[in-house]
Amino acid sequence: MTYRSSFWINTVNSFFSGILEFVETYVLLTNTPTLGGLNFAQASLVFGLANLGWSLADLVFGQSDNIPRYIREGKLEAFLVRPMPLLAQMITSDFQLRRLGRAFLGLVIAVIVLFWVHLDFNVATIYLLITTPLYGAAIYGALFVLAGGLQFWIVDGSEFTNSFVYGGSYAGHLPGSALLLPLRVFFTFVFPVTVTAYVPCLIMLGMPGPAWLPAWLGWLPPVFAAWTWLLAAVVWRRGVRHYTGAGG
Amino acid sequence: MRRFLLLASAEFRRQSTYRLALAAGISANTVFGFIRFSVFYAALVGAGGTIAGYDRAQASTYVWLGQGMLAGIGLVGNHEISERVQTGEIAIDLSRPIDLQLSYWAREFGRAALLFPARGLLPVIIGAVTTGIAFSHSLSAIPLSLISMALAVSISFLLRWGVNLISLWTIDVQGYTSLYLLLMSLLSGFYVPVHIFPAWLQAIATGSPFPSMFQSPIDVMSGRVVGSAAVHLVGVQVVWAAVLVVATRLMLWRGSSRLVAQGG
Repeated sequence: MTYRSSFWINTVNSFFSGILEFVETYVLLTNTPTLGGLNFAQASLVFGLANLGWSLADLVFGQSDNIPRYIREGKLEAFLVRPMPLLAQMITSDFQLRRLGRAFLGLVIAVIVLFWVHLDFNVATIYLLITTPLYGAAIYGALFVLAGGLQFWIVDGSEFTNSFVYGGSYAGHLPGSALLLPLRVFFTFVFPVTVTAYVPCLIMLGMPGPAWLPAWLGWLPPVFAAWTWLLAAVVWRRGVRHYTGAGG
Repeated sequence: MRRFLLLASAEFRRQSTYRLALAAGISANTVFGFIRFSVFYAALVGAGGTIAGYDRAQASTYVWLGQGMLAGIGLVGNHEISERVQTGEIAIDLSRPIDLQLSYWAREFGRAALLFPARGLLPVIIGAVTTGIAFSHSLSAIPLSLISMALAVSISFLLRWGVNLISLWTIDVQGYTSLYLLLMSLLSGFYVPVHIFPAWLQAIATGSPFPSMFQSPIDVMSGRVVGSAAVHLVGVQVVWAAVLVVATRLMLWRGSSRLVAQGG
């Protein structure tokens, strides 16, 4: 809290960044009645749920963004000699208040949208509303770890991994039907970000899915989460083994 | 002048050593390009074909020219100066017999000279082959595009320079740089073109220098504006560049007079 003004501006920022991402959806839907078959309220529901899942994942795993810096500065050795798994240390090394603010904002946005969009509140909807952000957080978290693991091979390539983590998050916040078919398949069956919000929303809204994305996939986030974590675990373990130090 | 050319070419060579990072950046730009085109296109389909003069070809052009230019313009630039203020090295920089701002500006052009072709060409080609690109048919668009791009590089540099100079007053500028990034990426037309903004947001954007560093060169290159309208657009860029030069000069002059080097 020493840098008081920068704490406040950071809080303002995390608030703004949550809203500004939404501005794209807003601007597009002031120009068109539907985006990928969803109206503004429905697209906002997708955004809200994905955003909540994403901000939870960022809260826990966002720190893995710093791995390239740790590697370059030789700080990783210090982590490696400690008797605790590297990943656990990454999570706890620099807990940031602003990430908590971001996650809280994610919750607020999701709740506001729920009052706005007309949902048929039955057992299935409530189950999906609760579990979707959690599985979403698991899937986005796995992407963070996967990207972190890849950093051990490409030292200055954080932009490459960003394209998967942040590109994945970007795609996950959008109606999956708005993606061109190859992207839709890629972001469902390889990096399953459409499952973090859009596909479960289809069930809640009682809509059929677009090509290659049947609505019943919305019941399967646990399977997709397991798949991404398997992928992430393999890459992370091999990455850490591959790491040989930075000339220290 | 020769000193600045040397600085520019040194920066050119420095950037070209990170080949893997280059490849990584290109792939990142391309993935994002496809996602951005998808969404814009889905909106066009929903709206029945066109939005504010953007049809499928123009939408694709806007997205891919943007993806191609983004690294060259330095949308997400570095914070070197603020770091040097934090470490106190700025005091040494200021005592060098070369103008600080001009030397960084020259390096910026060196970076852009490499990154425009190295980072931009491939995404633009991929975009042209897959979803199509339409360039301006007007001959005067070629020199105007080049001028407009150079001005965009300058405006982007001057804005980041100004944000970095805030570090002369408050040491930790990270909050300001992220606020800048947020406003810039929205108002420059990077997420969605400024032309499709609702009226109130468009008014804010056109009153800011941000469209001049991104939307304007795209408009000139794609032929959305031609002839005197294009000249007018470039004129607006010149005005913004001039305003920013004066503003940042003032900031540096005021700031360096109260500079206390950190760490003794």
